[in-house]
Amino acid sequence: MLSFIVFLHAAIQAGTPLLFATVGEIVTEKVGNLNLGVEGLMLMGAVGGFMAGYKTGSPIIALLAAALTAMVGGWIYAFLTVTLRANQVVTGLSITILGTGISGFLGQSLVGEVLPKSFTNVFREMSIPVLNKIPIIGPVFFEQNLFVYLGFLITILLGIYFNFTRFGLNAKTVGENPYAADANGISVSLYKYIHILLGSALCGLGGAYLSLVYIPAWQENITAGRGWIAVALVIFSMWHPYRAFIGAFVFGGLDIIGFRLQEFNISISQYLIDMLPYFVTILVLIFNSVRKDFNAGPKGLSVSYFREER
Amino acid sequence: MNNTVVELKDITKVFGTVKASDHVTVSFNYGEVHSLLGENGAGKSTLMNVLCGIYQPDSGEIIIRGERATVRSPRDAIGHGVGMIHQHLKLVEDHTVLENMIAGQKGSFFFNKHKLEEEIRALCEHYDIKVDPRTKIKDLSIAEKQRVEILKVLYRGAKILILDEPTAVLTPQETDNLFKIIRKMRADNCTILIITHKLDEVLEISDRITVLRKGKYIDTLINEGLEPRTLTDKMVGKATNLEIVREPVKMGENILEVNDLAVFNHENAHALKDVSFAVKKGEILGVAGVAGSGQKELCESIAGLQKIINGQILFNKENLVGKTPRKIIDMGISMSFVPEDRLGMGLVSSMDITDNVLLKEYNRQHGLFLSRKDAKEQALDLVDKLSIDTPSIDTQVRLLSGGNIQKVLLGREIETQPELIITAYPVRGLDVGSAHKVYDLINAQKKKGVGVIFVGEDLDVLRAFCDRIMVLCDGEVTGIVDADKVSRQDLGYMMAGRHMDEVMTDA
Amino acid sequence: MLRISKRAEMRKTHQGLVRLAAIVASLIAMSGWIMVIGHNPIMVYTAMLDGCFGSMYRFLETLKFTIPLSIAALGIMMAFKMKFWNIGGEGQILMGAFAATYFALNFSELPKPMLLLLMMVSAIVMGGLWALIPAIFKVTFGTNETVFTLMLNYIALKYIIYLQYGPWKDPKAFGFPKIPNFTDNAILPKVLNLHVGWIILVIATIILYLVFHYTKLGFEVAVIGESENTARYAGMTVRRVVMKAVFLSGGLCGLVGMIQASAVSNTLTSEISAGIGYDAIIVAWLSNMNPLAVPVVGFLFAILSQGASYIQTAFQIPQSAADIIQGMILIFALSGEFFIKYKISLPERRSKGGQHA
Repeated sequence: MLSFIVFLHAAIQAGTPLLFATVGEIVTEKVGNLNLGVEGLMLMGAVGGFMAGYKTGSPIIALLAAALTAMVGGWIYAFLTVTLRANQVVTGLSITILGTGISGFLGQSLVGEVLPKSFTNVFREMSIPVLNKIPIIGPVFFEQNLFVYLGFLITILLGIYFNFTRFGLNAKTVGENPYAADANGISVSLYKYIHILLGSALCGLGGAYLSLVYIPAWQENITAGRGWIAVALVIFSMWHPYRAFIGAFVFGGLDIIGFRLQEFNISISQYLIDMLPYFVTILVLIFNSVRKDFNAGPKGLSVSYFREER
Repeated sequence: MNNTVVELKDITKVFGTVKASDHVTVSFNYGEVHSLLGENGAGKSTLMNVLCGIYQPDSGEIIIRGERATVRSPRDAIGHGVGMIHQHLKLVEDHTVLENMIAGQKGSFFFNKHKLEEEIRALCEHYDIKVDPRTKIKDLSIAEKQRVEILKVLYRGAKILILDEPTAVLTPQETDNLFKIIRKMRADNCTILIITHKLDEVLEISDRITVLRKGKYIDTLINEGLEPRTLTDKMVGKATNLEIVREPVKMGENILEVNDLAVFNHENAHALKDVSFAVKKGEILGVAGVAGSGQKELCESIAGLQKIINGQILFNKENLVGKTPRKIIDMGISMSFVPEDRLGMGLVSSMDITDNVLLKEYNRQHGLFLSRKDAKEQALDLVDKLSIDTPSIDTQVRLLSGGNIQKVLLGREIETQPELIITAYPVRGLDVGSAHKVYDLINAQKKKGVGVIFVGEDLDVLRAFCDRIMVLCDGEVTGIVDADKVSRQDLGYMMAGRHMDEVMTDA
Repeated sequence: MLRISKRAEMRKTHQGLVRLAAIVASLIAMSGWIMVIGHNPIMVYTAMLDGCFGSMYRFLETLKFTIPLSIAALGIMMAFKMKFWNIGGEGQILMGAFAATYFALNFSELPKPMLLLLMMVSAIVMGGLWALIPAIFKVTFGTNETVFTLMLNYIALKYIIYLQYGPWKDPKAFGFPKIPNFTDNAILPKVLNLHVGWIILVIATIILYLVFHYTKLGFEVAVIGESENTARYAGMTVRRVVMKAVFLSGGLCGLVGMIQASAVSNTLTSEISAGIGYDAIIVAWLSNMNPLAVPVVGFLFAILSQGASYIQTAFQIPQSAADIIQGMILIFALSGEFFIKYKISLPERRSKGGQHA
């Protein structure tokens, strides 16, 4: 039982980058923009955060840098798809390519470097009193580091934002029917820009988690396809931030399950186990589309909005 | 005493090479119902879209309550008290009435659902509109959705409301209801601008009527003792014979028999229930009904595009149920459906006329390869016969005007020499001249013994043009009557659900 | 504030000019960046060109990269034209290579032409099937193909690695995880000093052009890409057309896998696709759905990649620079599309009854 709890605990950590990236992409898709550049944004956040952290030793600056770096990529995406009304799928892909390149380039000098001690200190395990005494859930969720808690907090805030605030409602309207939003006096472009930037920042933080806490180090291609899984997880969580929790941590678990299976003397080739997350993602996709109440997302998703459409 | 609330001065708006609004000057008063009358392409919608901030005029100015107003977006328009209810309702289907109404409103960060529900209910009471704020839009009928749109605009403090073809989707009874609401608003000193091309409604509800033609302002008339003729003359420009000819033809036996047809829509509700009727050779059977009564499903069922739960469709005594659309086309049935956006259901907008003609006949060619020779000849023939106005034979279809697009669509169908023509809304949005060309085309087919199913929106056209009319309501047949023996009111009742036995006193 | 309005229709020549301007703009931007990192752009560009054309060997290497890239792009184009977002080129290439390798390793005694044919056919079928799986789900349940094809990329990759380390590991490789080399029978011959792949490219380009413009399938694909509804109203069985076209799409990518495995690496490795599947998407997009443009765009792209590799050693500019360059070109190209579809104008001065200029 104990080793199961240890496994779950590790799954939360493995799932945190996925959580950030998934809720980030949910925010972007809620306003109707499909951004396939998540992988690139995560990489930019990872390298930006690591570079800032290495140079300044301050975790706060590192996090800000991660968010800002990713927002640069997000801004390019927003400019192309919102102002220039370019095809969202191809634009997203170009951000992935660009992000991979930029992060690889900036990260050259950082390979092999180690973060200052302040980081291991700030991001050490911290228990939340009272809550951590709950059987099973306590040690799994409430004996984590600050970054993980940040992820929890952001997810909950986003859920509240979309369900109970005017801005959240307006944002959803933009994504569901930009014509209706426009007719209601909502600035479609402004909402899209803001949410795309916010979503990108969150993806960047997801990448930064990898370079600042999880590994921690900078490696090229540190994200290893997590960005793409996040895109699938958005569909899995049906565009609800709360459900992203479940998806992120299930997949976090799948990510690390390889080691555990070996512990239990189940001898499957490591490489076949590596396939699991992607395979499960496919099952999720299929399952979601077979359901009766098939939710294809905000109805305005991947539609470029132009007011004078005639 | 100046009663003017809005003045539009010298408004011009150009799209590409088309002058949609040509130096239009007109003014509207407080507390009046003012109709904008004109045919398709007259510029009514364009002008109103300028007033409510969706279009920016290329020149001219807007004066609201005596002051020059810049209306650069719908938000600006609301700020000036101008709200538009479009033909395409701008609502979020998955959200509730409440969520649709408060979207875009300034207010507290967290919205208080209960307080807002109260406010909306109060508004509903005041104008005698019945809507529950908690219902999701997708669960409402079209008339109810329209009411939500009106409420939305009133909630934002609009005193100048623009309604774009509001009765297009309503039964006569729902139209009366709407007019009641409009009169209530007028009593509140609101200004209601109605864009329409329906003469009799204009005469019933308006205080003043402005006529536009081909983007130009023609005249503004006070609705007192007005003759419909006066209006139509101004709309059309010269006195034209509006009469539609019903060709007397000796009809043959049944070409199509539909028995107990039942069909589900994608929400698993009945789109068609126990539908039975027959069409004779050389007969035009009209189909009337409020939009969404099952017309589309009926057409698609016969064409093989809709899954059928129960029933038979007999064409020349052969059952069509289960056959592929391709086979049905080959058997001699042609279907053309003009949706509201005109493109996307029969024509490929980015292809030229030749390729669109090819669409129907390409499969008759054998082998893997495609020859465009025949299609090109047919295309040239069509352009000539129907006087289709196009810069060249290679122009993309989407660049043609609405009337010409519909001519291509129907013309192409007729070229396939079908035995049964199903045509839905073929004269939708067409001007009088083009519409008559379409009627002539169909009459020519009728004389050849082709059976025609004509789904239409204009009850007067149906009564004048068709031999019999079948009325659908909520997927059921409420009546099949002789066209020359039924009144508009009777059709209205049947469209609203009353069965013809109750309605027709001398059936 | 600037006003944006839709353009009526831009003449083809103007369109070409705008696209050219976009490429030029991206080159200028790149030059700026090159200067920022301390190098002379002219020298860098010259070196890049030198790296591609400086010797016969280098030129052939450039062509060797053009071939798989262009064939894959042709395949991707087939799917994209129908708005089926096939991001799975990588996986289809790998699986095609896998199928070809199976025959290469197990049937090496067959006469050369027969073996090669067998490898080609099996690669096309395998690649086609790999693409068909997401297609079937798309037409039946509406499953999102973008993520599905992507996931299959990773699965294919892991599978090849599994083979490399496991069942197909070469016992003669001193413990190094690799799959045995192909025998001579399984290696594509050369024509004019370059492997036969270039002839395949030419044939594929012509075939795809013919398909698009002169066959029923091409016509059906174009109609479906525009509107599924219209296709159904015309009597088309959308499902079947989509599956046929996507199968072809995957098949062409699978063929690329066979070519790479047979002629370039002479074995199967996980490096065979090396990003070609993604690059092909860019090439397909930049070719504006015109098959005849693909080899040209593919060639230019190859120059870029090859050149970037070359300057890696010469100027210490890392491989990731190639990604940056590619990304930037794509971004500029996408921006250029805007000017083709829309036009910008200054707001009209509102004067009393003023004339519109």
